[in-house]
Amino acid sequence: MNNTCNHCCTRVTGLSVKFGAVPILENIDIHLNCREIVALIGPNGAGKTTLLRALLGEIPFTGSVNFIVKGERVKYPRIGYVPQRLNLDADSPVSVMDFMVSASHRTPVWLGIRPSTRRKVIEALSLVSAQDLAKKRIGELSGGQLQRVLLAMAMSPVPDLLLLDESASGIDINGLALFYRIVDEMRKRHDVSVILVTHDLGSIAPHADRIILINGRVLCEGKPEEVLRDEKMFKAFGLSLKT
Amino acid sequence: MMLLWNNLVGRLPFDWAHYLFMQNALLAVILVAPLFALLGTMVVNNRMAFFSDVLGHSTLTGIAIGVVLGFVDPFLPMLLFAVLLAISVNIFRQLTKAAPDTVLGAFFALVVALGIVLLSRGGGFAKFTSYLIGDILAVSPRQICWLFLVYLLVTVYWVVFGNRMVLTSISPVLARSRGIKVFLVETGFTVLLAIVVASSIRLVGILIVNSLLVLPAAASRNISGDMRAYTSNAVLISLVSGIAGLVASYYWGTASGATIVLFAAAFYGLCVIFAGFLTKTLTVDDE
Repeated sequence: MNNTCNHCCTRVTGLSVKFGAVPILENIDIHLNCREIVALIGPNGAGKTTLLRALLGEIPFTGSVNFIVKGERVKYPRIGYVPQRLNLDADSPVSVMDFMVSASHRTPVWLGIRPSTRRKVIEALSLVSAQDLAKKRIGELSGGQLQRVLLAMAMSPVPDLLLLDESASGIDINGLALFYRIVDEMRKRHDVSVILVTHDLGSIAPHADRIILINGRVLCEGKPEEVLRDEKMFKAFGLSLKT
Repeated sequence: MMLLWNNLVGRLPFDWAHYLFMQNALLAVILVAPLFALLGTMVVNNRMAFFSDVLGHSTLTGIAIGVVLGFVDPFLPMLLFAVLLAISVNIFRQLTKAAPDTVLGAFFALVVALGIVLLSRGGGFAKFTSYLIGDILAVSPRQICWLFLVYLLVTVYWVVFGNRMVLTSISPVLARSRGIKVFLVETGFTVLLAIVVASSIRLVGILIVNSLLVLPAAASRNISGDMRAYTSNAVLISLVSGIAGLVASYYWGTASGATIVLFAAAFYGLCVIFAGFLTKTLTVDDE
């Protein structure tokens, strides 16, 4: 288990989302300590991505989300977001360097990139073992490479909360192990809380501190070994306990 | 300024350079070509080729509204209608879950039908067919001054919002998570697109304006490894096509706008072949 600093946390209280009259999420309570990796799991349509979108401020919700950083409440927290995929053509001319610079600098990439900016980006990419990808077009990256580049972007500047949306999909086993190892290093080094939405129950268990099972509401939460054996888990995924 | 330009071009050792209409047309091409190239890079990145086509055709309706309202020069109603349409489409896209193509198809049908109905009242449609193919040789010094202002406006927007447009085109959700006002950035871009299309429609024509937007950027994509190369190659292709097309149309006696498009299309074809050859060579090397 990680050591939290006890001064930073994310507190989601009574969060509910409705699309028209249809309730998607009801009364979600989540408390995250810093340096904690929480895996959010649930069947398709359980509202996992909706919860992430609510935390990002993309959709309206009732309830409250509070971020406490170094003992003080932060009104506008920094949220690092790693989307599942990008809206990109394979022949898009945007290079990894362009992509990183466009998110963090004002001087337009089409006018060229300063050497000092390049050095900063290479430094950020090296934290996710992606420094060699800087000149590649993002459309040419493999699933694992893209997720690492997105992670580097989400971590610069260092966020208060890191949201990873289905990062495991499209990554091979080796790529996934490297990705989770980097996430683990990042949260320890920078005191970041991580919420990770995933379908891949097998690979997340060794890396998550806690798992929260949702299906419109929180069904159960706890240590991975507890939740993965819980009867509610089997019911939610339509599986039988009988072997 | 215009006198200086005309003097300068008039000294060139070519037949065409001695005519005032060619001197003005050349300046118009030099202003319009980079504009089309810049806007085209984002049109192609955002998969908005159909949208810019709708904007081009909307100018027909703008002209029709101007005629109905009694405007002698329908430029202002044409410009306002294109801008209004750009904003409306952007808002409508947020409100509906329908595919962007469906929304644009509906707007396309509406504006073209409305334009034709209004202009064809009393059988007068033939008077407006010059707008379909345009005439860059008839460009006036006043139009050139306006194009220069538009040129400055687009350049400033591209410098200030360039990076935000790149990130928005890749992922609006990611862009929003980085604090970018996606709706404003997208609306600003579409309004600029409307202004450029409306401002150049008399020069290049409704039928081919979209080709001039899409072709240089589409060609450049094949030979560019990053945004700087993408933009500079698109501008270069657009300028070379523009100037070569204008001069060729003088010697061939053809419509300038369409001749420019032919050169841009040739560049596109060459770039696609070059990229295909390069990919094949690299694949063989890897094997």
